[in-house]
Amino acid sequence: MQFYALDIDKIRADFPVLARSVHNRPLVYFDNAATTQKPQVVIDALTDYYSNYNSNVHRGVHSLSQQATTAFEAVRDKVQAFIHARYRHEVIFTRGCTEAINLVAATWGRKNISAGDEILISAMEHHSNIVPWQMLCEEKGARLVVCPLLDDGSLNLEMLFSMMNSRTRLLALTHISNTLGTINPVKLITGKAHEKGITVLIDGAQALSHMEVDVQDIGCDFYTFSAHKIYGPMGIGGLYGREEVLSAMPPYQGGGEMIKSVSFERTTYNELPYKFEAGTPNVGGTIAFGAAIDYVNSIGLQTIARMEHELLTYATGRLLENPLVRIIGTSPEKASLISFMIDRIHPFDAGTIIDQLGIAVRTGTHCTQPLMDKLGIPGTIRASFAFYNTKAEIDRLIEAIGKVEEIFL
Amino acid sequence: MIRIEEATSTIVSEFDNFDDWMDKYNYLIELGKSLPLIDEKHKTEANLIEGCQSRVWLHAEFDGTLIHFTADSDAVITKGIANLLIRAYSGHTPQEILDSSTEFLNEIGLTQHLSPTRSNGLLSMIKQIKMYALVYKAKQAM
Repeated sequence: MQFYALDIDKIRADFPVLARSVHNRPLVYFDNAATTQKPQVVIDALTDYYSNYNSNVHRGVHSLSQQATTAFEAVRDKVQAFIHARYRHEVIFTRGCTEAINLVAATWGRKNISAGDEILISAMEHHSNIVPWQMLCEEKGARLVVCPLLDDGSLNLEMLFSMMNSRTRLLALTHISNTLGTINPVKLITGKAHEKGITVLIDGAQALSHMEVDVQDIGCDFYTFSAHKIYGPMGIGGLYGREEVLSAMPPYQGGGEMIKSVSFERTTYNELPYKFEAGTPNVGGTIAFGAAIDYVNSIGLQTIARMEHELLTYATGRLLENPLVRIIGTSPEKASLISFMIDRIHPFDAGTIIDQLGIAVRTGTHCTQPLMDKLGIPGTIRASFAFYNTKAEIDRLIEAIGKVEEIFL
Repeated sequence: MIRIEEATSTIVSEFDNFDDWMDKYNYLIELGKSLPLIDEKHKTEANLIEGCQSRVWLHAEFDGTLIHFTADSDAVITKGIANLLIRAYSGHTPQEILDSSTEFLNEIGLTQHLSPTRSNGLLSMIKQIKMYALVYKAKQAM
């Protein structure tokens, strides 16, 4: 593909860290599902904020505060447009995806879940989309129900639909599995859940950087995400909630910004979205998140998806040339990550050597311990690709696997 | 019986022979593959060290004077590390183990290259070894 060949060097030059070496070898960064690298424009946005207009938002009439507030709120518009939310106040800023899920559990959950209710999740969930619900279920005497997977790592939809019953209050499901790469048909599933009056939360941590997300088209009640997985800084993320649902929810944390008026007798809460944003927000991080969205838009999500699909196809093919490699997760709809095992070699051993060769992959259970237990494996090696990765880098991983086999077998 | 310091300085000098990190790993892997580590019957849940990326079993036996350690892991590098620790600490009194320093791990570059997280089990193993020493010391005093 001509575009690919022409522009990859230019794209890579946008990400300063990609130029560095690890253990005296040029870094190959294949841990994008854990966090993506940051383009210079994002780093610059952070520096610019702290260098030139650092101030608290929504509080002061002075120029700096107004400049910061304008820049901060502009990001809400950017996120709204990026995920196609109906209203800007449906975007709540949080510390990240995990906090967004915890926010829903703590407010919507405490209000709407009672003893005997069921919360439905899937066997491919990340700990962040398991533990908050477990805690809520424990507190309320509700039951956490887990939908199993098919052998290829896709959701067992038949089972999922049959598990939706009159006791089910919430379905909390990942859009894309961080371990298997499976892309779930969230629109179809949300439709089925809504037919039965079930509220739907989609964990979009892995999805936002790989594909066009349209929360209105999906129809979900909540959608959660982290900026650092889409080329933005750490410590900022968000919750999308449908207006009707958010309005009916009690506030999350108490503090500044979330209040309309405070007396020692009574506090009235601010309107959306501020009701859920207590305290001084991560202004710099949010502004840099906006820069990340601009950057992604400048490349184009369709271009990104195409480049990543090409990497996935190439890497899958190259890995399968090796008879000792077994890919875990072969769902037909897959994001650009591959979990795999090398026959008779522990993922920790393999990962240690692969790191020595300058390649960053993730090894272990990927915070999906229940899934690993279910698959009966000690963990996997996971290579997750971003559009700035190249086929030549995949070739280096293949060579590294050869070296690993030479050492251990 | 050699002292812990003698055992650890032997280990350090062995590692001094390697310039390349791959050679150090190859040696660790050799150690991991070669050592008959643990009796199958001791590979119990109770002997599992938690929080490692690989499974590590550490078994201790106290003969009234000395503590004897055996260990195993499903990852070879971790097994190699276990081997080093056993060479250093097994067959010593609880007091000797408690008094010993873990500096040799820095000297051979292990702590630097195997990140000081729990993922490789190194720190967890040392903690567990010292814990056994503490427990058996208390038993001796009883």
